[in-house]
Amino acid sequence: MPSDSWQNKIEAYADAELSADEMRAMREHLIGCASCTSDLLGVVQLKLATKIAGKRYSSSAVLRQRIQQGLPARRNSVSIWRWAPALSATAALAVVAFLFLYGWPAYQQRQTFAELADLHVATLASASPVDVISTDRHTVKPWFQGRIPFTFNIPELSNTPFTLEGGRVTYLDQAPGAQLIFKIANHRISVFIFQNRPGTRFASGDSRSKRLTFNVETWTEDDLSYFVIGDANIDDIHQLSELLRIAART
Amino acid sequence: MPLFDSLYNFAQWLTHDREEAEDLVQETYGKALRGFPSFAPGTNFRAWMFRILRNTFLTSRTGLKSGMTISLDSEEGESVQPATMETPESLFIARANQRMVQEAIEELPVIFREVILLCDVEGMSYQEIAETISIPIGTVMSRLARARNALRLGLAKKMQGD
Repeated sequence: MPSDSWQNKIEAYADAELSADEMRAMREHLIGCASCTSDLLGVVQLKLATKIAGKRYSSSAVLRQRIQQGLPARRNSVSIWRWAPALSATAALAVVAFLFLYGWPAYQQRQTFAELADLHVATLASASPVDVISTDRHTVKPWFQGRIPFTFNIPELSNTPFTLEGGRVTYLDQAPGAQLIFKIANHRISVFIFQNRPGTRFASGDSRSKRLTFNVETWTEDDLSYFVIGDANIDDIHQLSELLRIAART
Repeated sequence: MPLFDSLYNFAQWLTHDREEAEDLVQETYGKALRGFPSFAPGTNFRAWMFRILRNTFLTSRTGLKSGMTISLDSEEGESVQPATMETPESLFIARANQRMVQEAIEELPVIFREVILLCDVEGMSYQEIAETISIPIGTVMSRLARARNALRLGLAKKMQGD
C-alpha cells in the first residue's frame, strides 16, 4: 500500500474507527514505519491534550435544581401526616421488604449491567479487542478450552446479518467468563457468558432493557448467564440472542 | 439527569457564556422531555440529546452569529492526512500547557470546535457525531482532520509567540 494511504488512515486508527482487519494491518505497518509512527504519536498526543483541556466547564448544582424544578411536577400525594404514627411501622416494613425483594436485586442488576457496559466499551477501545481473531465458530469455541471452567455453543451465522469477530476471556466478580464480539453493519455487540455460582449477582430471569443507552438482553440457560450488549438496535440484539439460545439447546 | 455534565460542558464551549450555556442546557432538557415520544428506541440517546442542544444553539442569537457558514468546499472525499510541522508536534504539544490548548480550541470556528469536542472529549464514534450534527460519516472524517490541523496550527502559533 502506498505511504499516503497509510497516512490517510492514521487519524481513523487513533480514533479506533478502522475495521478489525485494517487495525491489524496498520499495527503491522507501524512496526516498520517510523514516519507513520511519529504521525500517530502526534495525533494521539493531540487527542489526549484536547480531552484534558476540553473538560473545562463544570455545571452547578443550582442549574441542576433549576432544570429539575422545571420538569413536570410529580403527582401530589394526599397528606398522610395524621396517619403517620400508625403507618410508620408498616412503611418501614414495606421499605425493608422492597429493598430485599426488589431494590437490592435491581441495584445489583444495574451494577452488573454498568460493569458489562464498561467491559464492552473498554474492549472496543482496545487496540487488540479480541484474543482469538476468527470468524469461524469452530476456531473460537475450542480456543476457550482450558481457559474458562465451562463450555458453550456459538451459533451458525451464515444467512444472518451477524459476523463473528472473535473472543476473549473476561472477568466479572473475580470469575472468568467468555466475551464474544459480533458485528452487524457498523455495530459491534458483546456477548458475555458466565457460570452461575452461589452468591453471584447475575440476573435470574430473562430481560431486555436499555442501560447507558446500550441495549441489553440477558437470560439464564443450563447454569450459564448470557448478556448480549451493544449499541445496535434492540431487534438486532434480540435476534442475536435468539440465535444463541437455539445454539445452546443443540 | 442523564448527560447533564457533558451537555453543560459542550454548551459552554459553544456559547462562551455561562448564563447562555445554562439557558441552552435547560432548554435542551425541556425540548427532550416534550419530544421524548419522538425518540426512537434503539437509536442513540446521547446523539439525540446532543443534536437537540446543538440545534437549539444554532437557532439562538449567538448561534446565528457563530460563523457556521465557513466554506466547506470539497469536504467530502478530502484527504484526511495528518498535518506535518517544522517542529515535531509531539514536542510542542508536550510543551503546550492546558490553558494554551483551551485557548486554541476556543479560537477554532464552531464547526471545527464542535466536531473535535464530540470526538476527543465526549469520545463519540464517527457514526454518533454524524447523527449528532446531521452530516455523512465521510464529512465527519474530513472535518475532524481539518479541525485537528487548525488546532495544530493554532497551537504552533501560540508556541512561537511564547
